[in-house]
Amino acid sequence: MSLSRNDVAKVGLLARLALSESDLDTMTRELSTIVGFVGQLEQIDTTNVAPLAHPLDTQNVFRADVPQPSLTTAQALQSAPRHDGEFFLVPAVLGDSGAN
Amino acid sequence: MTATLTAAVPFTTVIGLEVHVQLQTRTKLFCGCATTFGAAPNTQVCPTCLGLPGSLPVMNRTAFELAVRAALALGCKIAPFTKWDRKNYFYPDLPKGYQISQFDLPFSSQGALEVVDPKGALTRNVRITRVHLEEDAGKSMHDETAGTGDTRIDLNRAGTPLCEIVSEPDLRSPQEARAWLNELKLLLVYLGVSDCNMQEGSLRVDANVNLHIPCDGGRIAKTPIVEIKNMNSFRSVERALVYESARQYEEWQATKAEMGKTPKQTRGWDDPAGVTRAQRHKEESSDYRYFPEPDLVPVTVSEEWLAATREAMGDPPSVLREALAATWKIPPYDADVLVNQGRELVSYFEDLAGRVGEGKVASNWMQQDVLRTLNERGGSIDDFPVRPAAVADIIGRVAKGDFDTSRAREIFAEVLASGRTVDDVVASMGIAAVDDDELISLCRELLAANPRVVADVQGGKEQAAAGLIGQAKKKNPNVNPGKVRAMCLELIRQM
Amino acid sequence: MQPSDMSAVDLVTAVRHGDLTALRATEAFLERIERLDGQINAFLSVDREGALRTAAAIDEKRKKGQPLGPLAGLPVAVKDALCTFDQPTTCASKMLAGFRPPYDAEVVARLRAADAVIVGKTNMDEFAMGGSNENSAFGPVHNPWDLTRAPGGSSGGSAACVAADMAPVAIGSDTGGSIRQPAGLCGITGLKPTYGRVSRRGLVAFASSLDQIGPMARSAGDCALLLETIAGHDPGDATSLESPVPPYGADLDRPLEGVRIGRVPAHFGAGLCPEVAHAVEEAFAAFRAAGATIIDIDMPHADAGVATYYLIAPCEASSNLARYDGAHYGHRAEPGRLHPAEPGGHRAEPGKGSGASGGGFESALVEMYCRSRAEGFGPEVKRRIMLGTYALSAGYYDAYYAKALKVRRLIRQDYLDAFEKVDLIGGPVSATAAFKLGEKSGDPLAMYLVDLYTVCTNLAGVGGISFPCGFTKGGLPIGFQLQAPALAEPLLLRATDRYQHLTDWHRRRPAIAARPR
Repeated sequence: MSLSRNDVAKVGLLARLALSESDLDTMTRELSTIVGFVGQLEQIDTTNVAPLAHPLDTQNVFRADVPQPSLTTAQALQSAPRHDGEFFLVPAVLGDSGAN
Repeated sequence: MTATLTAAVPFTTVIGLEVHVQLQTRTKLFCGCATTFGAAPNTQVCPTCLGLPGSLPVMNRTAFELAVRAALALGCKIAPFTKWDRKNYFYPDLPKGYQISQFDLPFSSQGALEVVDPKGALTRNVRITRVHLEEDAGKSMHDETAGTGDTRIDLNRAGTPLCEIVSEPDLRSPQEARAWLNELKLLLVYLGVSDCNMQEGSLRVDANVNLHIPCDGGRIAKTPIVEIKNMNSFRSVERALVYESARQYEEWQATKAEMGKTPKQTRGWDDPAGVTRAQRHKEESSDYRYFPEPDLVPVTVSEEWLAATREAMGDPPSVLREALAATWKIPPYDADVLVNQGRELVSYFEDLAGRVGEGKVASNWMQQDVLRTLNERGGSIDDFPVRPAAVADIIGRVAKGDFDTSRAREIFAEVLASGRTVDDVVASMGIAAVDDDELISLCRELLAANPRVVADVQGGKEQAAAGLIGQAKKKNPNVNPGKVRAMCLELIRQM
Repeated sequence: MQPSDMSAVDLVTAVRHGDLTALRATEAFLERIERLDGQINAFLSVDREGALRTAAAIDEKRKKGQPLGPLAGLPVAVKDALCTFDQPTTCASKMLAGFRPPYDAEVVARLRAADAVIVGKTNMDEFAMGGSNENSAFGPVHNPWDLTRAPGGSSGGSAACVAADMAPVAIGSDTGGSIRQPAGLCGITGLKPTYGRVSRRGLVAFASSLDQIGPMARSAGDCALLLETIAGHDPGDATSLESPVPPYGADLDRPLEGVRIGRVPAHFGAGLCPEVAHAVEEAFAAFRAAGATIIDIDMPHADAGVATYYLIAPCEASSNLARYDGAHYGHRAEPGRLHPAEPGGHRAEPGKGSGASGGGFESALVEMYCRSRAEGFGPEVKRRIMLGTYALSAGYYDAYYAKALKVRRLIRQDYLDAFEKVDLIGGPVSATAAFKLGEKSGDPLAMYLVDLYTVCTNLAGVGGISFPCGFTKGGLPIGFQLQAPALAEPLLLRATDRYQHLTDWHRRRPAIAARPR
């Protein structure tokens, strides 16, 4: 399995990683090798095998709906690259993502 | 009403809605931060909802239970096994870089909610595709006047529990969509699932809409589906859909473009301008790379748990309307008006009707006096100063003939204004029952002073006696007009 | 006896009895850090003042007759992947350089509550991704047994500081072998507990379904002491197990009669260095001599472990590391570079580089993300983010991620089947002893294969321990690994302790650790 430079560039955008021209070359080569390696799983028969996403069998873990102390605004913002004492500041975007 | 509107246009509007409601919990979905609306920015945040390194989510039991309650009320099937997934995308109001949501195994699916229009003939069953539980994002604020300035991020809302309710495209007009949303809101408020306050963002609606246009040869042309966002009231939903239907029809006439040939378009509703506008389409935005959230464990819902939830749930509005009409023998219209005002008002009415013993009388008082003044004053029925016992007292005295309905209204208004008891108000207004002796002497006086009326009545014009009532009221405001009339007629007969 | 020569168990006993002050113990280790760490680079930060203050407070407590915690006066080094509110937490990444979390990891909080003395934060592969510690943004750790060699990774700093007696015990984390492999290459004892035994809250996540924190020390007894403090249910971690914590040190000296240890013949294939194979077989013989029964077993899907791991871990990592985007904390690219449209600004050339759609970045925000992440992450972290993003993306999910989850189930089933026949599974930790720094760094895939013997433990969620079982002719330690069913830590520790009573490999110290004359 080999990836094209274009594939890698697309993945780079999805992953929000700027890749230079030479990064793209290296990454295309290395990812192709690694994807080729992990692709060997294809040979394993997994008919009727259910995926296992997690090693635990536990279920139904909840917490009570009881408020706990929050951080102070100063603590929340203490590591922010840019803030105005109230808000985190980021380069201009318009609107909420809406979590939809 | 809807039927005539849709009949007037040469297409059918096909609408599906996606509703996000904030669940009425004290804390966020995955951490103990409060969800109080209007707090100062970034004061209700902790490592978990800030997405700090090493932080972990733990599910809020109440949030899950409220979501199940909503799904049950919507007639959904509750999945015996459900899990959470990560929806990956970058946005500064989403500090983890992923939203914890549900992808392939939502906790419920396949429900329905009817649109009820008691005034018209229309009732439509709108199917619910799925209901799932997810976390909200924070708020991004951009000062557009500043042009290229920074965007400010407040993460107080990040991690707030949301229930996403997705309908099938079963709605057939903007009006119907609005009516359905009203019913949905009423249901969720009744069940205590959400306060559904759109101003505070606890209820948000996106609409998917396209047109089915009959063409020559019986073929139906389907216009491309458009998703409308940014509608901040049910009224704007209706307006946006009306606008969008017209826009799509115009576009179809010009381009004949049909569904499936272009990707789904997203348009934002500009309320002041009254138009929808195309939003920029991000090519890669649809690749959310969902995968199971490894920091949470799945939830299995037992039959016992479901039974207990059903038990604790209370009646939904549709059941309550029927029950109210049947129990108190009131018309469906009355039941609808009362139920649509919310559970607290229904309790008030039931208390009042129980005391009065006559549903229709109580219902009339509710609609003409209690509701009218409540709407004028604002506030909730629970804080309304005139309690059911007082209203029942007033109604009871009218029935006994102590005073008439218009006098009763004055008493009601005075009790409301002064906060005093009915007894107090009746006494201070000098309202005392007029005894029969007093009444007889008053009527004799009137007849003596009005020989013309006496003559008219004797001549067969009984209605002439009405002229005496105003005079009687002037002499003694407490007299019962009906009794005055009856007594005068009796005395004339005896002459 | 110098505090640095004492076992952790003896050290806390001495402090409790007043034979040694916490301050004296802490000073002794700080002095060694000062003297040795310039050559080893095991620490990313040392909290000298904080440690001395804590130690003095513990001595004060004792003087006043107040109760002391079970680790009173014990210096502990903590991997820099665990959050500490009073010290930087960087994960050895430029992305988090200088980052101070506003909270303590649960394990750190438990250590403090037990009156341990946290001396510093240890070096590691960036975001725990690597097997050599060369992926640290702050320089590699040097193996105390041979400074030209790698200590293993990712908990290389924790392993090296214990090996060089700069701390009696350390905390590591293990996602695919990151405790056991460096323990093996540095000649110490390291335990990866059952998934869920130790809270992950405050451990900077690499792959959430695989990560587990564990103790690293010179012996099984010391690991038991540390595990007893850090293990246990945490309501703040939904994947934390509720089972009660047994007294891990209580049962260590019970003989191994009746214990069945599985041996996997396939482990001794062509890739295994003969010296390692020999030492491992010798260890099996020692276990037999100690009363255990050795039974050959088959783990049919073990070969697929590395490929499975290098899909699942990067997929989870690609998501876990999305939060490092320069928006709320961590590295943000210089604003001067953020406005490509400005005259004189750097503008991405059309058609060049990625993060660009049809030329420049689609917005200042996207550019800030792409450049901050490009600058903040090292090459291995980027590779894994890219790999995971690719394997989860539309069209590839089923072929890669979903397939790996199915094989994961087969691997776990192998363990369930094996533990029907045996109580423990033994074998090598790594195919070779410590390799030279730089030897594998040009070949990512060769580095991944280093994890051959360790990744399946994490995929199955069971426990594993690694400890020294011999030395190469060149004087490098060789590690032995035992794996056990879920929550069988008592047996892992007991078997290791029994072995360590028969052998003295774990007592050997590297030359660099010898006290100056």
